[in-house]
Formats: sequence, structure tokens, C-alpha cells
Amino acid sequence: MSDIADRVKKIVVEHLGVEEDKVTENASFIDDLGADSLDTVELVMAFEEEFGIEIPDDAAETIQTFGDAVKFIQDAA
Amino acid sequence: MFDLTGKTALVTGASGGIGGAIARALHAQGATVGLSGTREAPLAELAADLGERAHVLPCNLSDPEAVEALPKAAAEAMGGLDILVNNAGITRDMLFMRLKDEDWQSVLDVNLTAAMRLCRGAMRGMMKARWGRIVNITSVVGTTGNPGQANYCAAKAGLVGLSKSLAHELASRGVTVNCVAPGFIETAMTDKLTDEQKSGILGAVPMGRMGTPEEIAAAVVYLASPEAGYVTGATVHVNGGMVMV
Repeated sequence: MSDIADRVKKIVVEHLGVEEDKVTENASFIDDLGADSLDTVELVMAFEEEFGIEIPDDAAETIQTFGDAVKFIQDAA
Repeated sequence: MFDLTGKTALVTGASGGIGGAIARALHAQGATVGLSGTREAPLAELAADLGERAHVLPCNLSDPEAVEALPKAAAEAMGGLDILVNNAGITRDMLFMRLKDEDWQSVLDVNLTAAMRLCRGAMRGMMKARWGRIVNITSVVGTTGNPGQANYCAAKAGLVGLSKSLAHELASRGVTVNCVAPGFIETAMTDKLTDEQKSGILGAVPMGRMGTPEEIAAAVVYLASPEAGYVTGATVHVNGGMVMV
């Protein structure tokens, strides 16, 4: 697994308090990992901080799964 | 009860009568306080009087950049930001027929927009900590309206709507957002009234007297305390019975 995916996973595990093995490529933050809408905003802000990037609101809406997040950050970084 | 030891609190308008009393009361309960205001001298005087656990954080609330920077500066100075008290307010009283755009805008900027920016800046740390208290100081006239204060009343009523929406959004994170609405309080603002005006006002106050800044501060201490953890989106009216809502 890439370094980016590891760092994203760490944030998700810490923030949502879920088991690491639940955070799979297609795991949806809201449907599978128990996030609410505020959690998704907090996750996006945590990603921005960790990777020093800016995630615009319309892009943030497309980040639904762990895989989406990793892909977006890989492309942006 | 109401122990704030280890908590950090930012109070805007701390150079004024009510803000100063709020800062003193929070400090007396054990909180570390950040004193913000435009006039540095009275802030420094208050800080010197309080001794330890008091930080001076001057800020011009009509300057958006300065406002954006304030929560971070407060958190750095105090080691965190658990409690935010938006107390600062200005008036530009004028009958509405004569009210200019700039009178409207400057009051909205300081009394509403700056408070919104400070809430936004402070809430992230509170959400992460799963604990936070935001107390917005409104006014009885935000509920009743007042001739000559369309701008001020709009801003104060706006602050209530802002507080209730934030209360919804942040409840699940252990952050409460409430308002304290003072009635007529003995401050520099009300010192300017003539005796005749004062007696007219007091005729409408069942308590028959003006309130003190300390009586506002006591309500803020309660809402900031761990004991008020189930109170959110509320307005505590401290007005001697002048308006019962």
C-alpha cells in the first residue's frame, strides 16, 4: 500500500474509531464506517491539513469512499 | 459546581463593562482567559489585575483578517480554546429613515459577522476535543426590536439564528452554543442616559432597577460550565423581568 493510503487510513481510523481492516478500497465513510455528514467535513479538513492541499467543496462531495479519498489526494499531491 | 479549572476562554469586548465582568467571573472559576478588544490599555489593566492566567489579545473586529487570526492567536497564547464568548458589540443608533448603508454595515460587521468568523475559527478545536462552549451575548432588543436600533436589533436577532443553527450542528460533538440576552445593565453605554430616560425605562422593569455586569457574567459562567452540558440553542434572558419570553 502506498504511503498516501497509509496516512489516509490512519486519519480515518483515528477519526471514526473504526477497525483498520474495515477501511477497504470501497468502504463508504457514511454507509460502511458510520460517519455522519459532519464527520465527512472533518475528514476532508484533516486530509487538507495532513497533505497540505486544498479540497474544494464540489470535489469534497465526490469523496465518498476510502478509495475516492486516496485517489483524489494522489492526483492532487 | 461551575469549576472551570484547566479551561481556556476567549472573551471579546473585554475592555467594556460587561465583557470585563465576564472575563473576571470566568477567571474566578479557574479558567485561563484571553482578553480581546480594540483598546489595549484597559485590557492590559484588567490582565494585570487578574494576575496569572490572563492574556491580552487586541483585535479590531471590523478587520476580517484580524478576526480570522484571533482564534488561532488565542489558542496559541492559552494552549487551547474551550470557551468562546462573543460579547463585543457596537451601536450606530439612528432612526431607520436616516440610516445609512455604512451605519448598517459597520454594526452587522462587528456584531454579527465577526462573531460568525470567531465561531468558525474556534469550533474546529472544540469538535476535535469533543468539548466546547460558545456563548453569544445578544440583547433584549434582539427579541423586542427598538426604535432607532434597526441595525443593532437585526444583528442581535441574527446572532440568535446563527447560534441555534450551530447548536444543531455541533451538539453531537459535545459543543454547546447559547445566548445571553441582557436587558438594561449599568455600563458606560447606559451611563449616557438622562435620569428621566432611566426612570422611564425602569418603569417597565418589574425589578425596578438596572442589572449589573456581574449578573450577566453569572449567566455566562453557568452556560460555560460542565454542568450546562445539556443546554444548547437556548437564550438566557437577564433583564429583571422587563420582557418575559
